[in-house]
Amino acid sequence: MINGPFSGEANGLNGAGATFPQVLYSKWFDEYAKVTNVKVNYQGTGSGAGKNAIRDQTVDFAGSDSPMSDAELEAAKAKCGETIQHIPTTLGAIVVAYNLPNVSQKLKLDGDVIAKIFMEQVKKWNDPAIAALNPGVTLPNEEIITVHRSDSSGTTDNFTSYLNLVSPAWAAGPKSGSTVQWPGGIGANGNPGVASEVKNNPYAIGYVELAFAKQNSLAYADVKNKEGQFVTASAASVTAAGQAFAPTAPADLRFKLVNAPGAQSYPITAITWILVCPKQTDQAKAVALTRMLWWATHSGQQFNEALDYAPLPPAIVVRAEGFINAITVNGQKAFPGK
Amino acid sequence: MCYLLAAAGDLAQTQILIRESGCSVAVQAAKHRRVSSAARVTLNDGRGGAWGDRTFQAVTFTFAAIILLLIVTIFVVLFVDARVALAKEGLRFVTGQVWNPTEGVFGALPYIYGTIFTSLIGLVIATPIAVGAALFIVEYAPAWLRAPVSFVVELLAVIPSVIYGFWGIAVLAPFLRDRLERPLKAALGDVPGLNQLVQGPARGRDMLVAGVILAIMILPTIMSVAREVISTVPGTQREGMLALGATKWEMIRGAVLPYARAGIVGAAILGLGRAIGETMAVTMLIGNSSTKISWSLLTPGYTMASAIANQFADANNSLHFSAIIGVAVILLFVTGAVNLVARLIVSRFGGDTRATGI
Repeated sequence: MINGPFSGEANGLNGAGATFPQVLYSKWFDEYAKVTNVKVNYQGTGSGAGKNAIRDQTVDFAGSDSPMSDAELEAAKAKCGETIQHIPTTLGAIVVAYNLPNVSQKLKLDGDVIAKIFMEQVKKWNDPAIAALNPGVTLPNEEIITVHRSDSSGTTDNFTSYLNLVSPAWAAGPKSGSTVQWPGGIGANGNPGVASEVKNNPYAIGYVELAFAKQNSLAYADVKNKEGQFVTASAASVTAAGQAFAPTAPADLRFKLVNAPGAQSYPITAITWILVCPKQTDQAKAVALTRMLWWATHSGQQFNEALDYAPLPPAIVVRAEGFINAITVNGQKAFPGK
Repeated sequence: MCYLLAAAGDLAQTQILIRESGCSVAVQAAKHRRVSSAARVTLNDGRGGAWGDRTFQAVTFTFAAIILLLIVTIFVVLFVDARVALAKEGLRFVTGQVWNPTEGVFGALPYIYGTIFTSLIGLVIATPIAVGAALFIVEYAPAWLRAPVSFVVELLAVIPSVIYGFWGIAVLAPFLRDRLERPLKAALGDVPGLNQLVQGPARGRDMLVAGVILAIMILPTIMSVAREVISTVPGTQREGMLALGATKWEMIRGAVLPYARAGIVGAAILGLGRAIGETMAVTMLIGNSSTKISWSLLTPGYTMASAIANQFADANNSLHFSAIIGVAVILLFVTGAVNLVARLIVSRFGGDTRATGI
């Protein structure tokens, strides 16, 4: 239990990366400063830039919701000396947010139609493919403006991984990754960038973390899951997806949660990590970092649901504890235990 | 090197030589002291002597060399870093249409195309306005209005790029989307051929919007150079036309524009050079998407500069990084070549490049 400052710890930490958990991290680090007086500075630069930053050790930790590949882990060993660890912090939903003036009903979409929209094969809102899923909704005869990420993004990685699983056309076309070859549409920087482009452009559609859709008052579609149910993105439906996957999580916790089984599971769910070098060299920073990670994976979780993120499944928290305890500074265990 | 000339002969001849070599201050000094053969001592003011001069020469040489060295370093570093990607892709780097970092395929043609397309849109819009404004300032405006109008137009040049971008997002893009792109689509959507120009939804993040913001940004460059060139047209030319009974417009068409034509072309190309390299405002408005080449004005895309700005921090493997540097090399060459051409044209036909401020 961390409930106060610790003598000898650094009074500041620097992190950068994923924008997906940024809303939650802002809240966390604000609360954490109140508890411990340690100021944690986090810049939402995108997962790709975050992975580069931890590789080059220009930050104390990085945020990413796209796991580092084996090649990236190997490249990062040069500066860190060890394999970078993926410490999970929260689960969240990637929602398909849209801007349809004069349409008040919530739209329903499935993976196949979402893929066709982003491949610009379904070009208009009143396309029969969308209409078939939304009986009774008057759809406008307007062209769809798709919005995607222009930066290297874990949100893109999870979103395209989902489309890759559910749409053969997508799997044969853009495939999955932090950046893909989009057939068209506007590129925007970070989750906030996509949210504001959708908000500013009538008839636009984009994919963002749920918290960004809520903050910008964007409508978002219910998505058909593996069991054929249309599920609304929420902390509860994300938790359901997380629980479905937790037992099969690999040892290093590099895994994806998309297209989860279970009637209640939201299909486009993502896990996000804080990436750290387990071989620290600065005593004060190492203590501050491990204490912050412990707090985030324990006390911090109470803030998740209010911001529409899901708390980590208990089984995953236990694994995270193991990772935090394994962080060393100059050969000694870094975490002081409280 | 004035003192060597001064020491060489009599004062009168020296003055001519000195004047030709641009040492007018030295001439004044020489006159006042009424010296001829002793000019060398006088010009050096009796202090420092040849040693001081050599020191000064060395200092200025160092500064000049630093600048030269900087340019050489930039070229060398860019080439070295770009080598990997250029070697892998070869000619496909400039002819390929697929840019996919995940799969390690890098064809920069859409970026090159985006740069050229947006710059040309900017040029086509900006040149007539800039030349018109320049003509007004030189030929029509009353003397009291000239300075304020020039000042205001040139003020456009000092507005930071990011402010143009912000204004573009907040004001220009929604305006163009609703008042230009939608009507344009309605008008041309069914016209065979021309409908290729308006494929895709009106987004307000595309080549057209980026081109319009570029037009505004390069307006002051073109205008101020065009103004200088037009004002170098000899008064006798104008008077000759007027004496033949020409109206003011005929005078401008017959005497001013033909004389200034090359200079105006140079001004436009100089504006083009600025448009090609412009980054921030374009990045905010062009839609940042590696989409394939299309004739549509409504395509979101990338320019070379915006692609570099957007992808630089993300490049997570050496090949992607190298490919982005490769784009920088192309950009450097294109801007360099365009500027060179502009200077050649202006200096050959438009007279003195120093007077035109370039």
